[in-house]
Amino acid sequence: MSDVYILGTDMIKFGRFPDRNLTDIGAEAALMALDDAGVPFTDIQAMWCGNLMQADAMVGQRMLQYLGMTGIPVVNTANACATGATAFREAWMSIKAGIYDLVLAVGCEQMGKGLLGGPGGGRKGIQKEGLLGSSTMPAVFAEAGMEHARKHGTTFEQFAKVSVKNHHHSTMNPKAMYQIETPLEQVMNAEMISYPNTKLMCSVNVDGAAAAVLASEKKAKELGLGRAVRVRASALTSDPYSERDLVMPDVNTCTRLAAKQAYEMAGVGPEDVDLIELHDCFATAEILHYENLGICKDGDAGKLIDDGTTQLGGRTPVNVSGGLLSKGHPLGATGIANIYEVATHLRGEAGKRQVEGARIGLTHVIGLGSACAIHVLERVS
Amino acid sequence: MGAGRGAFSPTMSSDTAAKLLPAAEFLKIPDDGDPYLEGYRCGACRAVILGPRPACPKCSARGQMQPTRLADRGTLYAYSIVHRSFPGIEVPYVSAIVDLEGGGTVKGNLINVEPDPAKIPFGLPVEVVYKDALGRKDREGNAYLSYFFQPRTA
Repeated sequence: MSDVYILGTDMIKFGRFPDRNLTDIGAEAALMALDDAGVPFTDIQAMWCGNLMQADAMVGQRMLQYLGMTGIPVVNTANACATGATAFREAWMSIKAGIYDLVLAVGCEQMGKGLLGGPGGGRKGIQKEGLLGSSTMPAVFAEAGMEHARKHGTTFEQFAKVSVKNHHHSTMNPKAMYQIETPLEQVMNAEMISYPNTKLMCSVNVDGAAAAVLASEKKAKELGLGRAVRVRASALTSDPYSERDLVMPDVNTCTRLAAKQAYEMAGVGPEDVDLIELHDCFATAEILHYENLGICKDGDAGKLIDDGTTQLGGRTPVNVSGGLLSKGHPLGATGIANIYEVATHLRGEAGKRQVEGARIGLTHVIGLGSACAIHVLERVS
Repeated sequence: MGAGRGAFSPTMSSDTAAKLLPAAEFLKIPDDGDPYLEGYRCGACRAVILGPRPACPKCSARGQMQPTRLADRGTLYAYSIVHRSFPGIEVPYVSAIVDLEGGGTVKGNLINVEPDPAKIPFGLPVEVVYKDALGRKDREGNAYLSYFFQPRTA
C-alpha cells in the first residue's frame, strides 16, 4: 500500500464572518490548500467535506460551485468535533486503498456564540437541562476534570494554567481568533461557567475553514516532494464500553485506544513526537489528554503543566497554535486546522512559534458521542 | 438553591402522584408503591445501564438485558457546579454523577448542598429523593416528577 502525502494545506484566519456564507468560507480554504500544493482543482479526483451544522445540506457539492463542477465524488462527513479529521482520514483511506491518487479534504463551520445546543423549542416533555444534571459541554468536560481531580488531586489552578499557556501561544499565531495574553488570575477570576471551567477555559465558537490536498506516493513524486509531509498514521475509534461512559462521557478510553493504534502504525512512541495539537475543547480536557496520549504517566499531568514541559520550548510542546481555547474551534474545521498546524512546523514555516527541528507531530480530536481521530505526520527531509 | 417543592411522600394521594409524569424514562412511577429508578442488567456480563437494549453495549450478548430496580442510595463520583446555562434555567446548580449501591450510575442534580467545591467531597454518601421537577410543565400543562440526590447521614 502506498504512503500518503500532504502536498498542500492551509486554513483561513478563524474569526466571525456573519456576512459570508459557509460555502464561500470553505472554498476559500480549499483554494488556499490547492495553491499551497500547486495543484489545480481540475486534477482533484474526489473530495471529502467535513461540516456539522449543515451536515444534511450538501455543503461539499455546493462548494464545487465555487471550485469547479467537475462531477467528482463528494462525501459530506460528520463526526461531531472529529468531523474534519474524519474527512481527512477518509481521503487518506481512499489513497491507501489504491482508488485515487490526488484528493481534497475540507473542513468548515459557521457558528453562533455561547453554549452549544439550546433550550429547544417544539420538544415533547420538559427541558431536562438543569433538572437531571447538565449535558452542556462545559459541564461534561468539567465533570471529566473533576474525576481527574478526585483521582490525582489536580487543582483549579493547574487546569487554569492550560489557558494561560495556550493563550500565550496564540499571540504568535496570526491565524488564531484571539491573540491575547491571559495571566493566571485573569483566567481564574473570569466568569465561572461550570466549575472548574471559567469562560477563559472554554474553547471559542468561531467561523473557520481548513483544507488539505492528499496524494499517493506515486503522484507526490511526480509533482515533487518539496514541501510534502508524510502521513505516518491515521487512527479513528468510537468510545469502547466503560463503566460510566453512557452517563458520564469518557474521553479517556477512546483516546488511549486511538493513540495505541496510531503509535503502532507509525512505529513511534510519545517520546518521539516533537509537537502535539490536541483537543483542548476545555482546559480540563487538555490535562486528561497528556496522560491519554502517553506524554506522561497517569497522575503526572498536573506536574507537566506546572513545569513547562508542554509549553513552547519544553520537551513536548502542546497546542502552540493556541489550541481550540484561543485559536478557535469551528467544529468541522478543527480536525484539519490541527493538521495544517503540525504540517507547518514540519516544513519549518511556523515563524515565531516554530518548534525547532520538528520531525514528527501528532494531531488529536474528539467528537463527543464519541469519535477520536489521531494522525501522526512526518517531515520528508 | 434548589430545595425543590412538593417532596414526594407516601401521604401524597395516589391521585396527585398519578398526574405527575416521569422526568426520565428510567424513572418508574407505579400505581401502587413508591417511585424508583430502573436499570437494565445484562444476564451475561452483569453490566448495568439505563434503558432496554436488544444487545448489551458491553458484551454484545443478545436478548439478555433484564429490568432491575436500582438502589436509592449511592456515593458521589464526580460533579460540576454549573453557573451558566440556557435562558430560564436557574443557576447555580450541582450536576452530579452518582454510583448507586449494587450497580448503576446516574446523573442528576445534587441538592441540599452549598454550591461550593470546598463543601462537596468526592465519595459523599447520597440518597435518591423524588420531587416535583422544579415546577416545569410541558406544552400540554402536565406536571412532572423527577429524582434528585441529596446527602444522607445513614
